[in-house]
Amino acid sequence: MGRLTMRASTVRAKSSRDPFAHVTYGAETAEYATLVLEPPDRLRTSAVRLRLVIQLEGVTKHYPRSNRPSVEDVNVFIDKGEFVFFIGPTGAGKSTMIKLLLREEVPDKGTITVGETDVTKLRRWKVPAYRRSIGCVFQDFRLLPNRTAAENVAFALEVIGKPRSVARRVVPEVLELVGLGGKEHRYPHELSGGEQQRVAVARAFVNRPLLLLADEPTGNLDPDTSIEIMRLLDRISRTGTTILMVTHDSNIVNQMRRRVIEIENGQIVRDQARGVYG
Amino acid sequence: MRAKYVMSEVFLGLWRNISMTVAMIITMAVSLTMLGAGLLLYNQVDVIEEYYQTNLEVVVYMQRDVTEEVSEKIGEELRASPYVKQAQYESQEEAYERFQETFAETKDLVDSVDPEVLPSAWRVEMHDINDADQLIADFAEREGVYQVTNQRDILQEVFDILGGAQRLTLVVALVQGVAALMLVANTIQVAAYSRRREVAIMKLVGAPNWFVQAPFVLEAVFAGVIGSIFAFATLIAAKFLVIDGQFSNLFSLMPPITMQSILILLPILTGISAVISAITAWITLRFNIKV
Repeated sequence: MGRLTMRASTVRAKSSRDPFAHVTYGAETAEYATLVLEPPDRLRTSAVRLRLVIQLEGVTKHYPRSNRPSVEDVNVFIDKGEFVFFIGPTGAGKSTMIKLLLREEVPDKGTITVGETDVTKLRRWKVPAYRRSIGCVFQDFRLLPNRTAAENVAFALEVIGKPRSVARRVVPEVLELVGLGGKEHRYPHELSGGEQQRVAVARAFVNRPLLLLADEPTGNLDPDTSIEIMRLLDRISRTGTTILMVTHDSNIVNQMRRRVIEIENGQIVRDQARGVYG
Repeated sequence: MRAKYVMSEVFLGLWRNISMTVAMIITMAVSLTMLGAGLLLYNQVDVIEEYYQTNLEVVVYMQRDVTEEVSEKIGEELRASPYVKQAQYESQEEAYERFQETFAETKDLVDSVDPEVLPSAWRVEMHDINDADQLIADFAEREGVYQVTNQRDILQEVFDILGGAQRLTLVVALVQGVAALMLVANTIQVAAYSRRREVAIMKLVGAPNWFVQAPFVLEAVFAGVIGSIFAFATLIAAKFLVIDGQFSNLFSLMPPITMQSILILLPILTGISAVISAITAWITLRFNIKV
């Protein structure tokens, strides 16, 4: 641990903006010991802590007719710009939480507020508009196979009725941001897993959502590529986007040292500001 | 942009599932043809009723050996009846002429009938044809009267036949219609399944529900419209080939089915099939694509 801290200070000297800046590629790349992630510096964080983005109060959801994981009296408050890890064993209820936040499910009890929206009282027809304020990234990328990277990103704009001129302007920018400049016209099968996930992140981020939900975004990626994706998410988090990431990757959690919320049997057993996987 | 996307999805969806699309269009066309035929018959009954309503008569046939005196007396009494507007005598010769005219095309029949066989008659024009039964009751048993017939009773048989044909077409239309709608539901399910990726992503990025559903609903509407056009073409063909063609003699007994009454079916059939297809598709989607 001491070694890590020391490393962190040297890294800070190099670049205070990119926690992955020191990660070198090649032989040492997979060496996690060299990957040191600093938490965002305190001043910055307090500056963006203007309001709560997520409030879960006494949220309970049971599935009486199936053995899907339920959640029991969950209370979570997450600020704007926070980066939060959701950890816990399979079946603990993490994905149910994501479903509740996406309003794919409605809780039995309790209230969920995202931004200004009371999700529990949201009318059905208002759900699409609500989802536009949330970006989503998944383990399996969920790209359209018959569309290029740029078209996949543009699709998110297209289906919510943004004019084509907006897509022409915004899509290249976002792809550049996620590091896919020059690969706009590749199809998903012509991209590596990491690149496909970058497209997915670009699509989630293109509408500048308030909240980005990432359900095991590195689950299908090798360690190197995972680091790249984490670096990308970190950069996005620094733009003020709240990120909620479900993960089983202990290395990432341990080295990012961000807020960790651990769930077990549908209940929060730990909520730690700069937690480790544990 | 979005319209173009939706349209390309519609045609892609129909093409991907072409056998189902064809089956859907055929059953719809059959159902709508039957519905169209049923509507034509319904209209036809109205036309016939209207056509004859003013011309319907009660005919009082006299016995063949009736004397002129008795016949005249019946005529006077008929004229005196409150129900009767006008009564006209038709002699045996006149009856024979009418008979010749009516069956001019079947010479053998005309030749086989003697003028003396046909009875003379009083053709009675009523104030209200609905009072015919009372008039018949008054005169049927009178001396010299052979038989009193109400033309409406004869017409009623024609109506019964038309009504039966109409019911048959409507039943076939209904059964085929149910089959067509089940095919629509099935097609929509298949389409929704083959496009589940797109649908999931669209919902995830917050596409409005109507936008997610539009390609599917329009697919059904498109098939419905094509089916109604085929049905319309079939009815036009039936008019030229069957009614005006092969069976023209049979149909000449009733007023002709006008081109106009067929033309008006195009918007009716198209509208009905488009709306019902759309509703079916939409209901199917509500069970398949949850928000």
